[in-house]
Amino acid sequence: MDFKLKIWRQKNAREKGGFRTYPINDVSPEMSFLEMLDYLNKQIIESGGEPVTFEHDCREGICGSCGLFINGRPHGPMRRTTTCELHMREFTDGDTIVIEPWRSKAFPIIKDLVVDRSSFERIMHAGGFISVDTGSAPESNSLPVSKNNSDKAFDAAACIGCGACVAACKNSSAMLFAAAKIAQYALVTQGKAEAKERVDKMVRQMDAEGFGYCSNTYGCEFDCPKGISIDFIALMNREFFSSKVCRQIPGRYTRKV
Amino acid sequence: MKKKATTLPSLSQKYIMAVAGIFLMLFLIFHLATNLLMLAGDGGKQFGNVVNFLTENPAVKIMEYILFAGFLLHIILGVILQVHNYRARPVRYHSRLQTETSQFSRYMIHTGVIILVFLVIHLMNFFFIRLGWVAVPDHAESRHDFFSMAVVLFQNPWYSLVYIVSFVFLGFHLKHAFQSAFQSLGLNHTKYTPAIKVIGTIYALAISIGFSLIPLYFLFIF
Ligand code: HEM
Ligand code: FES
Repeated sequence: MDFKLKIWRQKNAREKGGFRTYPINDVSPEMSFLEMLDYLNKQIIESGGEPVTFEHDCREGICGSCGLFINGRPHGPMRRTTTCELHMREFTDGDTIVIEPWRSKAFPIIKDLVVDRSSFERIMHAGGFISVDTGSAPESNSLPVSKNNSDKAFDAAACIGCGACVAACKNSSAMLFAAAKIAQYALVTQGKAEAKERVDKMVRQMDAEGFGYCSNTYGCEFDCPKGISIDFIALMNREFFSSKVCRQIPGRYTRKV
Repeated sequence: MKKKATTLPSLSQKYIMAVAGIFLMLFLIFHLATNLLMLAGDGGKQFGNVVNFLTENPAVKIMEYILFAGFLLHIILGVILQVHNYRARPVRYHSRLQTETSQFSRYMIHTGVIILVFLVIHLMNFFFIRLGWVAVPDHAESRHDFFSMAVVLFQNPWYSLVYIVSFVFLGFHLKHAFQSAFQSLGLNHTKYTPAIKVIGTIYALAISIGFSLIPLYFLFIF
């Protein structure tokens, strides 16, 4: 298969970038999208050029590092699929493929197609954990979790933090990510103790990073490679509301001595 | 690098926006019910009675202030939200976003601004006259005589057209807004959410068609 690739090239965070077009021939339909880019880079290197930088790690859809904005959609034309699992057979021979980095104020470009997603990390640092003592694993049946909730928590935890929700959102909002990460704790017993502080802190951190606000367009759900549901955003909204209305005031029950 | 947020959390803003929106949606039902009395064919008698009752009622007076606050909150937050969202993506994509979204959700600010423009015209034509801010037109008996004002305005086909078009856009706004407000408040349910979407569509249609009947009546039947 032959393609014309229109790729965003940008030397570093400060310099202005622009598109460059590369013709590429003899692409196997069995190649993954990233293999196709490897193949392109081989040719660029052989002709003495600077290869296209893109992020990747597992190449099996679980690490979330490979996000590319392909022909107007995060992770390309196939639903429920990460860029690394997308194959060239999904494209038509002779196509022009436009490849861009995620675009968001909270995801500044590092180089070419690689963006800095540490804003997601900071949202996690703000509250995406449970405080437990280390030691031997507790008896698994001592903390009852209903089947329904454990299934839902598992669905939420399927989020790989790739940022496709932000990329797909017209508002560049990270609410699907934050919601999934809040829900995966909120739904299970282990997460309940810190639930109120967690949702407040994570939402505030998300705002501080400069993500947009959700306007319920549901584009995130459509393009999430893991099919995370917008029901989790509603759950986050509920959690947030109850954290405000039934807020625990720290130190309320302790007397001054 | 730790960044600190100083403004009202995004979710609080969304809650306020949704509550104000729901309040406005309830008001629209009430307003439509009152206006449809103009079609009773009694020369606006029943309609006039209701208007008189409402203008003299102190409880309604209080509701008017709340309504005004509701509009202001909704509009101000809507604009703030939109500006914030534009700025969250300072460099736009080269390709057109191909992601499928809920139909009218992309145009909330556009339909919102059209409603706002209509709202200003509408207040000048009716409400501000009653308040005495705008002069009473000659054909009206008093500043409460909304029926005569409506007759003259709607018999102008251009005015009626603008009115109907505005309500079509309000319908678009409401089609998304109804279920969106439930989602924003976290009221989401596997079984009931599809029903809420259907009710929202019916509501949006009812408001658009209901209000449009009034100019059509004065143009073609009255
Ligand atoms: C009678 C008039 C109106 C009604 C009943 C109404 C109702 C609603 C409702 C219920 C929502 C959904 C809120 C949510 O999902 O949280 C909404 C959203 C919105 N409205 Fe209105 N609205 C009206 C007029 C306006 C006006 C005049 C503007 C002006 C600029 C406006 C701008 C917006 C925007 C930008 C949104 C999207 C906000 C978001 O999704 O987060 N609306 N409206
Ligand atoms: S490279 Fe790990 S998800 Fe694609």
